[in-house]
Amino acid sequence: MTEPLVKVENLKKHFPIKGGLLGKTVGEVKAVDGVSFTIHKGETLGLVGESGCGKSTTGRMLLRLLEPSEGNVFFEGKNVLGLSLNEMRKMRREMQMVFQDPFASLNPRHTVEKILEEPLIVHGMKDSKERKKRVKELLEVVGLNSYHAKRYPHQFSGGQRQRIGIARALAVNPKLIIADEPVSALDVSIQSQVLNLLQDLQKEFGLTYLFIAHDLGVVRHISDRVGVMYLGRIVELADSEPLYDNPLHPYTQALLSAVPVPDVEIKKERIILKGDVPSPSNPPKGCAFHTRCPQAMDVCSAKRPDFREVEKGHYVACHLYE
Amino acid sequence: MAELAQSTPPLNNPPVMEQHDDKVISPWKDAWRSFKKNKLAMVGLGIVVFFILIAIFAPLLAPYGFSEQKLADKHLSPSGEHWFGTDEFGRDIFSRVLYGARISLWVGFVSVAGSVIVGSALGIVAGYYGKIVDGIISRIFDILLAFPSILLAIAVVSVLGPSLRNALIAIAIINVPIFGRLVRSRVLSVKEEEYITAAKAIGMKDSRILIHHVLPNSMAPIIVQGTLAIATAIIEAAALGFLGLGAQPPTPEWGKMLADSRDFIIQAPWTVIFPGLAIMLTVLGFNLMGDGLRDALDPRMKS
Repeated sequence: MTEPLVKVENLKKHFPIKGGLLGKTVGEVKAVDGVSFTIHKGETLGLVGESGCGKSTTGRMLLRLLEPSEGNVFFEGKNVLGLSLNEMRKMRREMQMVFQDPFASLNPRHTVEKILEEPLIVHGMKDSKERKKRVKELLEVVGLNSYHAKRYPHQFSGGQRQRIGIARALAVNPKLIIADEPVSALDVSIQSQVLNLLQDLQKEFGLTYLFIAHDLGVVRHISDRVGVMYLGRIVELADSEPLYDNPLHPYTQALLSAVPVPDVEIKKERIILKGDVPSPSNPPKGCAFHTRCPQAMDVCSAKRPDFREVEKGHYVACHLYE
Repeated sequence: MAELAQSTPPLNNPPVMEQHDDKVISPWKDAWRSFKKNKLAMVGLGIVVFFILIAIFAPLLAPYGFSEQKLADKHLSPSGEHWFGTDEFGRDIFSRVLYGARISLWVGFVSVAGSVIVGSALGIVAGYYGKIVDGIISRIFDILLAFPSILLAIAVVSVLGPSLRNALIAIAIINVPIFGRLVRSRVLSVKEEEYITAAKAIGMKDSRILIHHVLPNSMAPIIVQGTLAIATAIIEAAALGFLGLGAQPPTPEWGKMLADSRDFIIQAPWTVIFPGLAIMLTVLGFNLMGDGLRDALDPRMKS
């Protein structure tokens, strides 16, 4: 593995809950509560977890679309969180985002050309002819046609719109792309097309991805390494193969047991978790998962487990492995 | 466009193809289409265009000057020579009504344009930046809205002095909070849209986001409200004129004409009927058009 492109240290996001007549802060939603990981150049790090576990929030904090409450984000050794707003704007050239909802993430009043031109204008490509040429190029790269440039987003299907979203992210030649559930809103038949496109682009341009999703199959398909999140924390992080073949954390085990296998012969034992995800405004003490963990021990409710390397490259936060 | 279509296929995955047609439906064109289908709205548009033409060509259309007096001919009833009759100074009412269109439309357009510009600017700032800025601006709006509009207009005019220009300013001021609030609420919802986040992720400056993304997506309700506001502005101008606080004689302002003729309403009803009809028709036109625009623009995103 090469040097890390992104290094995230103990990232936290606490949203205040305002209440009362004067809008006093009466509590906090701990959306992300101490997340650390690295992303290496050219790899795809998958981030999975159920809704509300903080995976999207994490992605947005890397780009400072949300300001973290605590923690550090280093991009190529530079602390992103220390940058001024102006420096940050320039930094955005390096890291881009693909959004979940291809219907909401494109301005309905702009033509595709205008949508793709905008990042170029913002980052100082002044010549309009050059921009038009680049727009054409981008459209072709993502599998659309240059005559699509004059159209409006509502004239495209979901998959095509997502391609436009990807083209927009590519426009400034970023190094890192944060893909926030880029295929969740698409038909299954279109999902694989978009995933393949992402993989092809990665090969072609040497991109690095942080791929956020809740679909385990999708993440396995595209990721080199996978992090599993539960209630604002990463509970397990490992290379894709070992994680799927040999999940260590009970939560990961339960999650993986729920993935349907397209083979009637194989009888899998499903681990059914009881109860609901606890509220992130009042997470359980100790290990956040102990309220639902089938293998919970006394220590689990008392002490928060450390995030440790159990096997080479396989990190897990669980008292079972201490 | 044909040569553009012959692009090389990208990478190695097959492009998602669909039929090549060059029909581009912009959101505005789409709105115009559904507006055209609305008969009442088209009638409204017709009336408005009719009055705009009258206002532009008043000097050509009017058989007499608007202040041409012939005291011997006072209170003549409508005839071939004076279509709408004459008033107490023997002025031709038809000519005065034509010239009056200029004044009423001028007041309507300019005052609404003024309040749209000021109101939108304040509303955008309040909605986008929120917090204290929003608090201050919104409270100012609340204070302005706490007064009955005509009373506020009278107060403003009595401070500035009665004249058509000051009436116009007064009307603009009373409309500012209406547009301000409207724009603020639009901005509040638009700024949560994902394409705004996307614009930020691209590295766009706030000013550019506001002008290129937030404002265009907040336009539709402003246009609708603007059209309806022109109607009320015309009525308010007439009301101020009627009270003697707007246009001064001999300006042929419709409201002023009503006021001047109200003593003769029994002997010479035409002196009141025609300016009154003109006000009613213009306002009706703008209202019908505004309602049509609302229907055409409001179900905003058709896919």
